[in-house]
Amino acid sequence: MIRNTAAQMAAKLASGETTSVALTQAHLDRINSVEDKVHAFLFVDGKGALEQAASVDAKRAKGEKLSPLAGVPLALKDVLAQKDKPTTCGSKILEGWLPSYDSTVVANLKKNDIVILGKTNMDEFAMGSSTENSAYGPTHNPWDLSRIPGGSGGGSSAALASFEAPLAIGTDTGGSIRQPAAVTGTVGVKPTYGGVSRYGLVAFSSSLDQAGPCARTVLDTALLHEAIAGYDPKDATSINAPVPLVVQAAKDGNVKGMKIGVVKELNGDGYQPGVRARFDEALELLAKAGAEIVEVSAPNFEYALAAYYLIAPSEASSNLARFDAMRYGLRVGDVDGASAEAVMNLTREVGFGKEVKRRIILGTYALSSGYYDAYYGSAQKVRTLITQDFTKAFTKADVLVSPTCPTTAFKIGEKANDPLAMYLNDIATIPVNMAGIGGMSLPAGLADEDGLPVGFQIMSPVMKDERMYSVGASLEAALLSKWGAPLLDRAPTLEASK
Amino acid sequence: MSLTYDDVVAKYEPVLGLEVHVELNTESKMFCGCATVFGAEPNTQTCPVCLALPGALPVVNEKAIESTIKIGLALNCSIAPFSRFARKNYFYPDMPKNFQISQYDEPICVNGYVDVEIETDEGLKKFRIEVERVHMEEDTGKSLHVGGATGRIHGAEYSLLDYNRAGIPLVEIVTKIVPGTGKYAPEVAKAYVAELRDILRSLGVSDVKMEQGSLRCDANVSLRLIGAEKLGTRSETKNVNSLRSVERAVRGEMIRHAELLNAGGRVVQETRHFQEDTGLTRSGRSKEQAEDYRYFPEPDLVPVEPDAAWIEKLRAGLPERPSIRRKRLQEAWAVPEKEMAAMINADVLDIVEETVLLGAEPTKARSWWLGEISRIANDKDVAITDLAITPQDVAEIVALVNSGDLTDKLARQVVEGVIAGEGKPSAVIAARGIKVVNDDGALMAAIEKVCAEQVETAEKVRAGHIPAAGALIGAVMKETKGQADAARVRELLLSHLGH
Repeated sequence: MIRNTAAQMAAKLASGETTSVALTQAHLDRINSVEDKVHAFLFVDGKGALEQAASVDAKRAKGEKLSPLAGVPLALKDVLAQKDKPTTCGSKILEGWLPSYDSTVVANLKKNDIVILGKTNMDEFAMGSSTENSAYGPTHNPWDLSRIPGGSGGGSSAALASFEAPLAIGTDTGGSIRQPAAVTGTVGVKPTYGGVSRYGLVAFSSSLDQAGPCARTVLDTALLHEAIAGYDPKDATSINAPVPLVVQAAKDGNVKGMKIGVVKELNGDGYQPGVRARFDEALELLAKAGAEIVEVSAPNFEYALAAYYLIAPSEASSNLARFDAMRYGLRVGDVDGASAEAVMNLTREVGFGKEVKRRIILGTYALSSGYYDAYYGSAQKVRTLITQDFTKAFTKADVLVSPTCPTTAFKIGEKANDPLAMYLNDIATIPVNMAGIGGMSLPAGLADEDGLPVGFQIMSPVMKDERMYSVGASLEAALLSKWGAPLLDRAPTLEASK
Repeated sequence: MSLTYDDVVAKYEPVLGLEVHVELNTESKMFCGCATVFGAEPNTQTCPVCLALPGALPVVNEKAIESTIKIGLALNCSIAPFSRFARKNYFYPDMPKNFQISQYDEPICVNGYVDVEIETDEGLKKFRIEVERVHMEEDTGKSLHVGGATGRIHGAEYSLLDYNRAGIPLVEIVTKIVPGTGKYAPEVAKAYVAELRDILRSLGVSDVKMEQGSLRCDANVSLRLIGAEKLGTRSETKNVNSLRSVERAVRGEMIRHAELLNAGGRVVQETRHFQEDTGLTRSGRSKEQAEDYRYFPEPDLVPVEPDAAWIEKLRAGLPERPSIRRKRLQEAWAVPEKEMAAMINADVLDIVEETVLLGAEPTKARSWWLGEISRIANDKDVAITDLAITPQDVAEIVALVNSGDLTDKLARQVVEGVIAGEGKPSAVIAARGIKVVNDDGALMAAIEKVCAEQVETAEKVRAGHIPAAGALIGAVMKETKGQADAARVRELLLSHLGH
């Protein structure tokens, strides 16, 4: 049952073939049996999940009209506030904090009766591409436990790939949904900025952060997208417009007549041969399905990474200032005679990890008077140029595509001491955040040289998120018929490896 | 202190710069829905947003934007078609986000002015104070430092934090530098703050209570030798909490600077704290090394882009400028300057005007509100507008006195009754059985009775000692329970005793 898609599970729930309690219990059992290898979760809320499942079953028994995913379990990235449940953002500094409120995403999940299994591991404050920066230890890639599951949302992607959950929520500031999806053979979508409320998403970089749906199929992702998206008056940057018709697009999966633009700059040197091979195959399949493949150029993308690493740390340096031990979370050194300042300093020293400190320092420096124009100011200009590149490209193509990442999953520890190499992993995903458009990653197959999953990225214009679902569903169907079975069937069954 | 103020202004020219913070009286905070009631139990008006819980986001209070635009318009500013909030980053325990959402290089209102008039040696003189900007920001929480000698964080045993004030909308009004006021600098500063207060009050956007901190003034003062161009080093005196203190703080700083400069020393650029008891300032935080607030546009908020039609609508709805209105009323009512000032200080101008519009003579309306009714309000320690008496009531009472249906003394009883909640004047009159005795027959009976009781006094009056009549009139008034018209009693009495 746990290897079903969420849509299949929902159908079984609707037909009475199973109950949400049974389904939830099956996932809790799975978590129990593989979690020591994968470490996808920071907190498993067995009791809460079963209570929620029982309440959904009761509603269904009463004949209440339920939402499409009602009763299906989900893994929640630990960066979203959930009332009365530990929410750490993978950081020691938030140890012990129990939010007094639900984030809008969580409120929407509850409204849709989606069962929350627990909170998933992540790079501390979503800063990283490997989940190695979690203060609570790394998550392991179910395809190869010695490899990273991507980051920052490695817990969510690993939970999906190890069948601990059929649905997950991620957040994506520079690729934290799409890159983990790519390296674990799962699907992840970063919706248009403002498409899903950020209220209750603990901010890393406010102008880039976006929560989004993760699953094992394009349709499941679309169903979850629809459940969490929509205008929220509590988020001033939320877009007041109807949610794009993503479910319909995923069901239709029609690319006939669509123009698909290959971004010239996001291919070629620096991309692993197996990644390029799967990407080219996918293009052929899309062409066969009736799409027109064109090449587009985005000359300013080469500055995206540099600009991103000025904007994101700058905003982070300010966003993370509130973690000062005064009102919640960790407090260190509060002994007789210690000043407020000393307690703040010591708590931040102990509570923040190395990468977080690196970015706070970087951002503080970039915003300093005298440097602002050269760094933050210039980075914002680059951002405008990147947005213009996209605007121009979208006049030539309905969606743009690229490999999601230059490589497949690397080994845990391999890049831990080389931040620049780590940052380069996000080279193809970052431009999407800079422009605030939508982006999806879905599995394109395994690289021949290492047998690891490769991700295919689809980018769609602002609030045209349905387009990436059309293309994604079409490609997914073509690949499935080519493979004969879902890609994840080829991943190790974790029990056997014990 | 060897220098006199005259010595100071004979040698130096003061240059002012005034920053006024105004708490808006919106019902909810600047970026969340929390209430803004003054004096509520600590930490009862808070939520995830104003406590800066992880993940919470600000949303702009439209009403606060409207109030700020009104202020800008009233101060003759241009309203920016595009303005943004910015984060001002610094750490302090009572600032929950450790940044303040403020405005930096894109404020909502710019380039205005306020004219004030003050009495000078050459008569009434106008000074124009140019306003550089008006911008929006949020207030911080409040710290209470317990156990130290100074009430400051340094040396305190522990500190208590109250976040009720965190996120209250603040508007900051910043002047350009104000040169050319010479020896009148302290008066000009005071007049400016007073004028601002009146304008803000007329707009209804703030309580403007300096003693409660809803209007706070920071006074920047520097001196330069008369004729010099280069500005001197300034000090910034914080949170001066009354109009009188504004004047005292400026004067005190001018003298302090001059003493330093005369002794060959230099003024340190720093914030200073005004001390009400001594009228002096003490050193606060040094600003020699400018603090780096690392301002950047607030990414959680969208730009403020008020449309022109809305601005024009707000402009059309602006009330008459208080200084102009005061002049108009003063002329129309023929009130001396002093009494006008008394009315403004007592905050009764609006109700007096309303009473006059309802038909009362200005002098009478004024004397009721400023006299008897103000006295009762003071005794009860409530605002005059909170008393249960309306301009309508006062106008009615004045009319009854004019028509002879009430004497002044009876009218006071009616006023008391209305304030005591006994109803409208007519109801009080009916319930208390108040009525003027103007039946000459009844009065004569009382006069004869009194004259018979006080034969000696009556004889004195009859013999021509008129002042002695006072005692008899008093007795007659007592006899008639104060309901007689004293003037008529006097007439009848004197004629009864042969005059």
